[in-house]
Amino acid sequence: MQIYLPIAEVSVNAFLLLGLGGIVGVLSGMFGVGGGFLMTPLLFFIGIPPAVAVATEANQIVASSFSGVLAHLKRKTVDLRMGTVLLIGGLVGSGLGIILFNYLKALGQVELLVQLCYVVFLGMIGTLMFIESLKAIRKSKKSGGVFVPTRRKHNWVHNLPFKMKFRVSGLYISVIPPLIVGVLVGVLAAIMGVGGGFIMVPAMIYLLGMPTKVVVGTSLFQIIFVTAFTTMLHATTNYTVDIVLAVLLLVGGVVGAQIGTRIGVKMKAEQLRIWLAIMVLAVCGKLAFDLLITPSELFSLGAGGH
Amino acid sequence: MIRLLVLFLLLAAPVKAEEIVLGLSRDEVAITATFQGSEILIFGAIKRDAPIRTDSDLGVIVTVAGPDLPVTVRKKDRRLGIWVNTESVDVDVAPSFYAVATNRPLEEILTFTEDLNTRISTQRAIRSVGATIDNAQSFTEALIRIRSDQGLYLKLPTGVLVQEESLFRTLIPMPANLTEGDYKAEIYLTRGGQIVDLYSTTIPVKKVGLERWLYNLAHENAFLYGLMSLSIAIAAGWGASAVFTLLRR
Repeated sequence: MQIYLPIAEVSVNAFLLLGLGGIVGVLSGMFGVGGGFLMTPLLFFIGIPPAVAVATEANQIVASSFSGVLAHLKRKTVDLRMGTVLLIGGLVGSGLGIILFNYLKALGQVELLVQLCYVVFLGMIGTLMFIESLKAIRKSKKSGGVFVPTRRKHNWVHNLPFKMKFRVSGLYISVIPPLIVGVLVGVLAAIMGVGGGFIMVPAMIYLLGMPTKVVVGTSLFQIIFVTAFTTMLHATTNYTVDIVLAVLLLVGGVVGAQIGTRIGVKMKAEQLRIWLAIMVLAVCGKLAFDLLITPSELFSLGAGGH
Repeated sequence: MIRLLVLFLLLAAPVKAEEIVLGLSRDEVAITATFQGSEILIFGAIKRDAPIRTDSDLGVIVTVAGPDLPVTVRKKDRRLGIWVNTESVDVDVAPSFYAVATNRPLEEILTFTEDLNTRISTQRAIRSVGATIDNAQSFTEALIRIRSDQGLYLKLPTGVLVQEESLFRTLIPMPANLTEGDYKAEIYLTRGGQIVDLYSTTIPVKKVGLERWLYNLAHENAFLYGLMSLSIAIAAGWGASAVFTLLRR
């Protein structure tokens, strides 16, 4: 069934959008990533104008993250205090990101920036996670299945001032590292049209030393507010949020997220991480490949204006 | 005396020997939620005071043009191993949709100078005055190529069917990704490459119903529209969570 999207001004298959929303929703629930880093490139691929894809995706992530965080709140795996600190950084970062985005859009280089961001960040994080997860799996096999998470108790992060107690995470650390993580994620969220979970989740595990159990719920909590803020910015400045597209994606997405959260509970943490790592590396590889091979069409069209 | 006067008038006033009478299958295109593109049937007749001319061939050209908009055409080049946008050309005027249907190849029924004056062919319909790059030509060619692939620029060299030298009709397919606005339909009649008559009309293309309402809301009450989008998102998220909790019990 074809449906005409009023803001994107293109006609697409409604079932295709529902399906895409569902698949990405499952991944979102499983890994606590918004799924934007998969959905945004997929939307480009089916012919949605990039500006509309980025803005609408932000709105869709609000829905799937909200659905996911409710499931996590019930299981008490959300560190609200840590989430709030990350959120303050996130809002600042999102604002900065939009300024940078609009500047590069004027130069005609925004597409390149987005792709390079994807390749660099996905490549780095995917590789790190993959190696770490392999080590963890080997260790848990040696110790007869009893796996104790290797959290570095004392690194430079723990020597900074403005310490705060995060009871749910079992941490007593400075607020500076979570704030910086929040800002970085906010910038990337605005530029790449993603929630930023795929950056935040590893940062929380490896940099802040949070237990994997609370990482997913806490990142979803932060993502809801940052993407809601981004949606409002796009809706009021660029008029690029397509509500029909968003509804179709989120109907599939929220159902998928619920299923994903339940799958996530049944899987072991290190297994979960290795699958996320593989997925991140696959997307990274595809994007890098696109940058390196000679494109079939050297020219591209953009909205005019001087 | 009267005969002489009539003859004189006929010679003095540029009375058209052949004139277009037009019909359209629809006088507007409505974009609804299930819009998948549209087809416009343009048909008409050629009214004559004199017998059919045999000295030159009849040419019928039908053009349909969407609203003119500026476009930036960018070209990628390899820099440090990756493909990056380097050069760009700002095209001042390019129709968002442009179809040219003719009864025979355009070059045969329209002279070069007539084309220069009337800007009928797709190449002439696009204007880039400010282009300073040497190979600006390749940029406009790329624009035509990309839009042709999207079904936005159409060349239908045998798209007009002429019957009995006096009836003509053509079907113009329009894709789903149309820009809203007034579309200009023009019908040219040519003899020996010279235009002898022109008829023009507009076909409005606009969103209707829910599509119209949402589009207006998004542009006129952006804040409210943003809040509405967010509420729907949160309601859907909460709804799914509640439904799944019930299902698990």
